[in-house]
Amino acid sequence: MTSLLPWIALLLPLASMFVILLATRSLRTLSAFISVAAVLGSFVCSCLIFFQQTSAAAAICWIDLAPLFSVPLGLTLDPLSRSMLFMVTGVGAVIHIYSLGYMSADAGKSRYFAGLSLFMFAMLGIVLANNFVMMFIFWELVGVSSYLLIGHWFERPAAAEAAKKAFITNRIGDFGFMLGILMVWTGTGSLVFTEIAAGMAKLTAHPSYLTAAALLVFCGAVGKSAQFPLHVWLPDAMEGPTPVSALIHAATMVAAGVYMLVRVGFLIDASSGALHVIAWIGTITAVLAALMATQQNDIKRILAYSTLSQLGYMVMAVGLASGQAAMFHLFTHAAFKALLFLGAGSIIYMLHHEQDIWRMGGLAKRLPITFLTFLVGTLALIGFPGFSGFFSKDAILALAYERSLPIFAFAAFTALLTAFYMTRLVVVAFFGDARSPHAARGAESPIVMTLPLILLSVPAAIGGFGFFARNFLSLPNETKPVVAVPVIALLALLIGVVSALLLYRNRTTEPVEIELFRNRFYFDELYTALIKSTQGLLAAIAAFIDRWILDGAIVRGLSGGTWGSGFLLRLLQVGNLQAYGFLFGLGIIGLIYFTVFH
Amino acid sequence: MLLFIVFAPLVTALLILLGAPARLTALLGAAATAVAALAGLFLYDAARGGFQFVSSFPISESWRLQFLLGADGLSLLMLFLAALVLLCAVWFTPPIEKSERLFYACLLFLASGAIGAFASLDLFFFYAFHELALIPTFLLIGIWGSGNRFAAAWKVTIYLGIGSFVLLLGLILLYRSVPPELRSFDLRALQAAAAGGGITLRAQSQIFFLLLIGFGVLISLFPFHTWAPEAYASAPAPAAMLHAGVLKKFGLYGLLRVALPLLPDGAHHWNTLLIVLLLGNIIYVGLVTLAQKRLDWMLGYSSVMHMGYIFLGIASANVIGLNGAAVLMFAHGISIALLFALAGEIRRRTGTLVLSDLGGLGKVMPFAGFAFGVATFAAIGLPGFANFAAEVMVFFGAFRVGADWQGFHLLQTATLLALWGVVISAVYMLRAYRSIFMGEINDRWKNLPDLSRTLRLPIILLVAATLVVGFFPNTTLRVLRPTFPAPVAAAHP
Repeated sequence: MTSLLPWIALLLPLASMFVILLATRSLRTLSAFISVAAVLGSFVCSCLIFFQQTSAAAAICWIDLAPLFSVPLGLTLDPLSRSMLFMVTGVGAVIHIYSLGYMSADAGKSRYFAGLSLFMFAMLGIVLANNFVMMFIFWELVGVSSYLLIGHWFERPAAAEAAKKAFITNRIGDFGFMLGILMVWTGTGSLVFTEIAAGMAKLTAHPSYLTAAALLVFCGAVGKSAQFPLHVWLPDAMEGPTPVSALIHAATMVAAGVYMLVRVGFLIDASSGALHVIAWIGTITAVLAALMATQQNDIKRILAYSTLSQLGYMVMAVGLASGQAAMFHLFTHAAFKALLFLGAGSIIYMLHHEQDIWRMGGLAKRLPITFLTFLVGTLALIGFPGFSGFFSKDAILALAYERSLPIFAFAAFTALLTAFYMTRLVVVAFFGDARSPHAARGAESPIVMTLPLILLSVPAAIGGFGFFARNFLSLPNETKPVVAVPVIALLALLIGVVSALLLYRNRTTEPVEIELFRNRFYFDELYTALIKSTQGLLAAIAAFIDRWILDGAIVRGLSGGTWGSGFLLRLLQVGNLQAYGFLFGLGIIGLIYFTVFH
Repeated sequence: MLLFIVFAPLVTALLILLGAPARLTALLGAAATAVAALAGLFLYDAARGGFQFVSSFPISESWRLQFLLGADGLSLLMLFLAALVLLCAVWFTPPIEKSERLFYACLLFLASGAIGAFASLDLFFFYAFHELALIPTFLLIGIWGSGNRFAAAWKVTIYLGIGSFVLLLGLILLYRSVPPELRSFDLRALQAAAAGGGITLRAQSQIFFLLLIGFGVLISLFPFHTWAPEAYASAPAPAAMLHAGVLKKFGLYGLLRVALPLLPDGAHHWNTLLIVLLLGNIIYVGLVTLAQKRLDWMLGYSSVMHMGYIFLGIASANVIGLNGAAVLMFAHGISIALLFALAGEIRRRTGTLVLSDLGGLGKVMPFAGFAFGVATFAAIGLPGFANFAAEVMVFFGAFRVGADWQGFHLLQTATLLALWGVVISAVYMLRAYRSIFMGEINDRWKNLPDLSRTLRLPIILLVAATLVVGFFPNTTLRVLRPTFPAPVAAAHP
């Protein structure tokens, strides 16, 4: 029975999706409750698994071409996946409940909850997968659920474009991922993580092959976790409903890339070259995204860039060879970023889909629960001492301090920027006077939405303390506590907060305009131009050749004097089917007669 | 069993021509065929392997010619595909204004050609059945087509006629290449002769080249593919479903059934050429597909492109790749049939398939949007659908051939490019989906009716078939394994 528990946790959401699609599509409220029930069921299973420390699960064979190739479907149950299972289903359950409120009036509610269920299934699959192909399967499935949910309001052109962009950008990352999987499999002859880990000697004997394979696998994480240079899809993904942004594009799916890297740590850690690249990609993402965040006006976009930046921290930690630090930050981030997004959703919901922080103002008084919980999330995110983010960010900073000073410098600078843009957001949105009619009339959200905020603010606040976090994670052990790190971090925090306070207090418009940051360093424009000038151009040329040369030449070839064309041409001019068939049959019979029986 | 599968559609067609109610008879005939084919898949004894359900009727003793039917896992899978797509094509047939009987009869004849070829163990009938399918193709496009239908009908017929001609030359040479005392049209006998080293290396490479080109034309192997998009764009939807979904698989089936097992050294000799051409299918045609502005043309080109993946499995020439190729033949047949069916429904409602004219149809046609989305994700190889399981096998099969630690060689590079093709197909399919079903709706389409409820069944049948194979590929591999027991060609190019 216990060996089936993980399967039940995994398959309940899938069953929910099929039930909604096949039976209850027209009964919107029932669909919503089915989906919520499924995720709660998964959560209960996860709790049982977590507390019983279940470590065995049944396995089946998906593709069996043994001995050459076989893909098992088996589940990994170790402390890492058990904690992740607990976190994903917990946050998932909270956000499902919140969605009951947020999407209550939506016409596509059944579709929405079917999508959420599909997502839960896929995400749990990533967490539990015990081999590369299985992980890739669920990797693609979270991609498609993300596509469906970003494009939930498909009649909005922006949402339609964003969904497509997210999927295709991820596919580019998966292109590398699959290639990496192929290389690992060819090198070690196995797909199962534990077997590969045991057979790493085969790969370490060929360092350049190993580095290439590790970096290609990392490509998957670059796409899914929206790292530079494939980061462009995540901000646009905010076109989806806000609970989706909280669940998929902040707490869980985008963190799947980091989780995957930690899961295959044996592979990544074996190549110092790959680690180096990974650390710097994370650093670049962290800094660039934080800079972009300072100039955004859409509340969800600010949080999206912040997510990018925090994911950069996690990837940086992976690159500094500490999966523990990465996972620690992944967990605290999941709590406080989900909280921030849901808080933003609460504002957006009560302000009739107003997302511009400059058209808010004074919300602290009107939405007190939202404000207080949002504040907790903000303090956690900027790493205020005592809040969860403080501990996890500190762990990464200490790591960087120990291993690479340039990376530490960038990481500290990012911490400063984080404090700056979050203070800006809070000051502009929650304080001052209301700057739009909706903001002036806003009131607190219903309990179904504020309760999740309160629930999430608990781990966001205390989740960093050892007594709490140690239950879930093996915390990075600080070998030698360095005083300089928390001091510099606090200094960065102070500078960020104070400068933002000075700059944005009592403002009604943006005092500083930095086009470069606001326009995301023009990455989107650059990519559009690049795609147009390469793939687009090639496609146009190929289409031209196909139409006018390949096809045209054949037509010319037929009417010219090449082989057989004389007789074909005559047939064409007869234009009469019987004659054609007759001649054709005659030819065949003649040929058979002469070549075979003569 | 096989006799029934082969003759049920033929008899149904004749009954319709003789006056039986067209649509009902066609539906019943197709359904019976599909059930029989499915039963065949279940009854096939994989442990015993080989050709089963064999029945033979001597035609000429001196020519060693007989009407010989028999099937193994590969044939049964193709038979089931043919029957299932036939059933759905018939179901999706809209009311026909001119000569309804002839239309249904043509569909059934078209499918009979493919079915007969898949079930024949005799080279002569294998070829003859396929020829039978060319005539209804011509009629379906010429009479009930759209756009420039006469030109398209002539083009496809002549093109495929030439392909068949080259193929015939190859088959005749093949017949003559074995020592006179072993000569036979019986594939099993030929196989035995070939296994005994009866065919010289030189003959093998000559014949394989002819077969590759002959079959290649029928499969729309680059650069012999330009007939396909035009034909599919002009053909009525049910005909496009059957042709792209089923008949095109005849060439692939021929390669797997005739060319590879009989001429392994010839296959080895031409493998590099095949790889170059299949990359033409994947990358070059993929780019052409990207540039298409009409759905029907885009789908036509995409079906050409996806042939490249099946060829890649064939080029890998190992158990993994060949099984992948076989499953992909099935998977592609299902997904492209569903896409053409839905495209036909859209055209019937809007009168246009120009992508920029459409938009926002998901609002008024939610079920069509849902079904098209499923088909889109199947076509771009999303896990859960058979296409993904098959592509995984193709990629793993191809990548391992000749791999070493130093770098990428021919098949690794081909796999890399093919993986990039997966990105390309996601781009064009999602772009099409976005411009047809998402975004703001054009006022002209505000009152379009959704798919009628009766069309749900064929859609569910197709989707269920691909999902079952996608979730449980072992069900299919079980029957396929005896067909590809060991490397049929030398592994390294």
